[in-house]
Formats: sequence, C-alpha cells, structure tokens
Amino acid sequence: MSSRPISESRVPLLELDGVRARYGPIVALHGVSLAVEEGEIVALLGANGAGKTTTLRAVCGMVKTAGQITFAGRSIVGRSPEGVARLGIAHVPEGRGLFTELTVWDNIRMGAVVRGGQKALRENTERILGYFPWMGERRDQHAGTLSGGEQQMLALVRALVSNPKVLLLDEPSLGLAPTVTRELFSLVRRLNEEEGLTVLVVEQNAMIALDTASRAYVLEVGKVAVAGESDELKRHEGVRKSYLGY
Amino acid sequence: MAAFLQQVVSGLASGAIFASLALALVLIYRSTDVVNFAQGEMATFATYIAWSLMDHGISYWPAFVLTLVLAFLGGATIERTLIRPVEHRPEIAIVIVTIGLLIVLNGLTGWIWGAEVKAFDSPFPNETWDVGGVVISQQDVGVLVVCLVTVAALWAFFRFTTLGLVMRAVANDQTSSRLVGVRVGWMLALGWGFAAVLGAVAGMMAAPTLFLDPTMMLVVLIYAFAAAVLGGIDSPIGAVVGGLTLGVLINLLGAYVDFVGSELRLPTALFILLVVLMIRPQGLFGHVAVRRV
Repeated sequence: MSSRPISESRVPLLELDGVRARYGPIVALHGVSLAVEEGEIVALLGANGAGKTTTLRAVCGMVKTAGQITFAGRSIVGRSPEGVARLGIAHVPEGRGLFTELTVWDNIRMGAVVRGGQKALRENTERILGYFPWMGERRDQHAGTLSGGEQQMLALVRALVSNPKVLLLDEPSLGLAPTVTRELFSLVRRLNEEEGLTVLVVEQNAMIALDTASRAYVLEVGKVAVAGESDELKRHEGVRKSYLGY
Repeated sequence: MAAFLQQVVSGLASGAIFASLALALVLIYRSTDVVNFAQGEMATFATYIAWSLMDHGISYWPAFVLTLVLAFLGGATIERTLIRPVEHRPEIAIVIVTIGLLIVLNGLTGWIWGAEVKAFDSPFPNETWDVGGVVISQQDVGVLVVCLVTVAALWAFFRFTTLGLVMRAVANDQTSSRLVGVRVGWMLALGWGFAAVLGAVAGMMAAPTLFLDPTMMLVVLIYAFAAAVLGGIDSPIGAVVGGLTLGVLINLLGAYVDFVGSELRLPTALFILLVVLMIRPQGLFGHVAVRRV
C-alpha cells in the first residue's frame, strides 16, 4: 500500500481501502486506497482514464463498488447517491451538475433543501456569498446562461450551503481559462483556511492542484501509484516528468 | 359577432379540458421523458370513481375532491409499482408499460362498471347568461373556471413551494438532484400523482357533455396530445395555451368552414398542427435543445 501512514491519533474522515469498481465488463478501479482527514485538501491526480472520476463516483454510490469505504466511522459502500449526500458528502461532478433551467438562487436553495434546510440556508448563504460577491446580484439569472467559471462557483456555493463535511470536486478547471482556474483554486484554498472545509479534488492540472492541496495521490490504471505531501510530489521525478512536464 | 363570441367561449371550455390533460402529459414527459399513453384511461377511471361516489349518495363537490385525492394516490402508486421497475430501461420499455396500462385500465373500467353509457351530473346549471347579446353557457364558464383554477393552483405549487422547486429540479436533471440528496423516485411518483389529478379534473369536466363510457377520453387524449405538441411537449405554459387554442380553433372550424363540419374537425386540427410543426418543430413554447459540443 503506497498511501502515507496516518498519525495514529487521528481517524480519517473519509477512507477508501482496496476499492474496486467496474462499468459493465470494464474494470475501472483495481483496489484504490486513500484517506482524507478533516480540514485538509487532498488532490487526486492522474492521466485520463486513470480512475480519478470513478473514485469519486464510487464514494457517492454512482458506480458498482467492492472494497471498503468508510465515512466518519461508518461504511458507506452500497448506499445510494442521495443517501451519501444526506450524510454530508457534497459532490460537484465533472461538468458541474447545475440545474441549468433554474435560476442561480433556486440552484443555491437546492443545495440546502435536503441537508440543512431553511435554517442552514439562512445562516450560510450570506457568509458564503461573501466569497462570491457577484453572485448575489445575479440571483434571478438562469444558471445555464452563466459563464463556465461562474457555473463552477455556483456549484461550489450550492455544495457549501448544506454545511458538507467533505467536498468532492471533480475536475473544476475543465473548460476554464487559466486565470479563472487560478481564481477558483485560490477560493477553494480560502474556504479551506477560513471555513475549515475538507476537500478531495480531482484535477488534470497537476501544478495548480499540488499548489493548493497539502497531500496528493497519483492514480495510474485504477491504482494509487504514488502518494505523499504536495511538496514531496513536486520533487518526485516520475510525477514531475509525467504530470508537471519538466 | 355575437355568434362568433359564443363559439369562442364554448371553444375555450373544451380547450380547457384539452389543456388540463395536455398539462398532465407534459408533467410526466418532463420528469419521465415519455408520453403516458394511459393518461386518458386514468382520467376515465377516475371519472367512474366520481360517478360511483355520487351514485352512493355523496354530493358533487365532496365527491369531486375525494376523487382528486384518490386519483393522486392512484397516479403515485402506478409510478411506484409499474413505472419504477422500468425506470432505467430504454424509453420504449416505459412507453410499452403505459400502453399496457391503457389496455388494462380500459378493460378494468368495462369489467367494473359495464360498457353502457352513463349520464354524469354537472355541478353547473344548464342555463345561459346574456352578456350584451352574447349567449354564454354557464356550463362552459364553469368548466373553464374549474380547469383554469386547477392549472393555476398547480402552477403556484411549482413556483412558490420548496417541494415544487425540488420537482422542477428533478425534471431538469435527475443525477444532480440525487447528488444534493433528493429521493428522485418519490418526486417522480408525486409528478404522476399530480398528472392523475389533472386528468381526473379533465374527465369530470368532460363527462357531463361527452357522457361516461369506457372510451370517453380517447378523442380528448388525441386532442391533448396535439395540444401538448403544439405548445412544445416540454412546456407547461405551452400545453395550456396549446389546449385553449386548439379548442377554439376546432370549434370555429366546425362552425364556419362548411366542409369541416363536425366530422372533419379532428383531421383538420391535426393538419394545422402538422403545418405549425413544419414551421416551428419545437412547438410554440418548446425549447430547442442547444448543447455546447
């Protein structure tokens, strides 16, 4: 097992142990093990098809899964996506998963409609919108008419109003300009520092992911190939050559 | 002119019935992506239940409300028991289930209540108002009001309640709904329940003039399909506007265009529909599916 040993005193919030998953006859994960502790940002890197997205989908019960997935001390394998969401795992999927025909505000309301409810919505919205000042004025706009970066930020807000215990972020930079990507990751960093948000982020852009996360796992063909602190990985020769390009 | 307005009002009344049933079709289409071919038979079945309740001495409005409650439960139950097992199958599987449901409900109706035509009470007096020379049937106005109030109540539910918001979200994107924790299956069941309520209203409003028999809603369903497609099959407003337009149109055609008469109304209406769709394939209010590639 290549994952970093976790200090004995802390139980990880989210832990995957030997997770396998398949789409029909195609095996996508061959035993992935990783752990996310409360309050940290962990990145999941790897090439296309390495199983990054499938790992997140496995956590959310969106793909048939074997092995152990433990969240806050209990096994969540076999739960439905809605059941997992109700436990406090917010998933912003690849492509953002917004309700494009609903307004910005209705999208935000949907974040708290099941978990947290009106109370969470009232208490959290203003504080969270403080990070996204443009959003308040455009609450009546349809989400489908926002730009890619704005949509990604709306997806973040929708996830955050439910007070999630962990945020799964899938390929947030997809289709975004580099400056927008940087802005987005710096917001994730701030939310982590100021709100204590725990994040597991899947990202193609290894450089920005390693700059943001404290630790990272590199997946290769459905398995964790390398794992470690971000700084370590930036110096790791294989990671540098394959993912950082120098 | 007075005769013309009379035809318009009576067209609006039948149009309101088409609109209710068309809206039921749209509700299910938006959440389940299929046209529910059994919508008409569900409405007929509910109307027979109303007839039985009144036959047992319950007066009109309590029987009306009770029927709506039963229709809601029935619609939701159909979704949970018959549609759910094929939910993730190709759409054709769901379509076939709804056709099967049509046949079963039709048979069941005949078996329980018999095939002979029954008279169905109207809650509205069989009298007319004279508004500046225009003779307006109170029956027509009553039908129009009941249908529009039902549609407005449903609109308010979807627009202003949290549950309505969740149902709109499910119609927009089921996967995203599940990811925020919504139990999508139950929302689909609610949608079927509401569709059944709309159908029941349409059935009970149509029955006094069409008379009650197991195939009562067959032609109404065809008009409702036409209305829904005319408005754009995914648009609730389109269904209502489409239904009212179609109702007025066929009434005027029947009255003023000699060769149409009462026999050629349906084909003429469908021909006009065809022309509209050739010019505007998405219907009057429908979305053109635009995707970034």
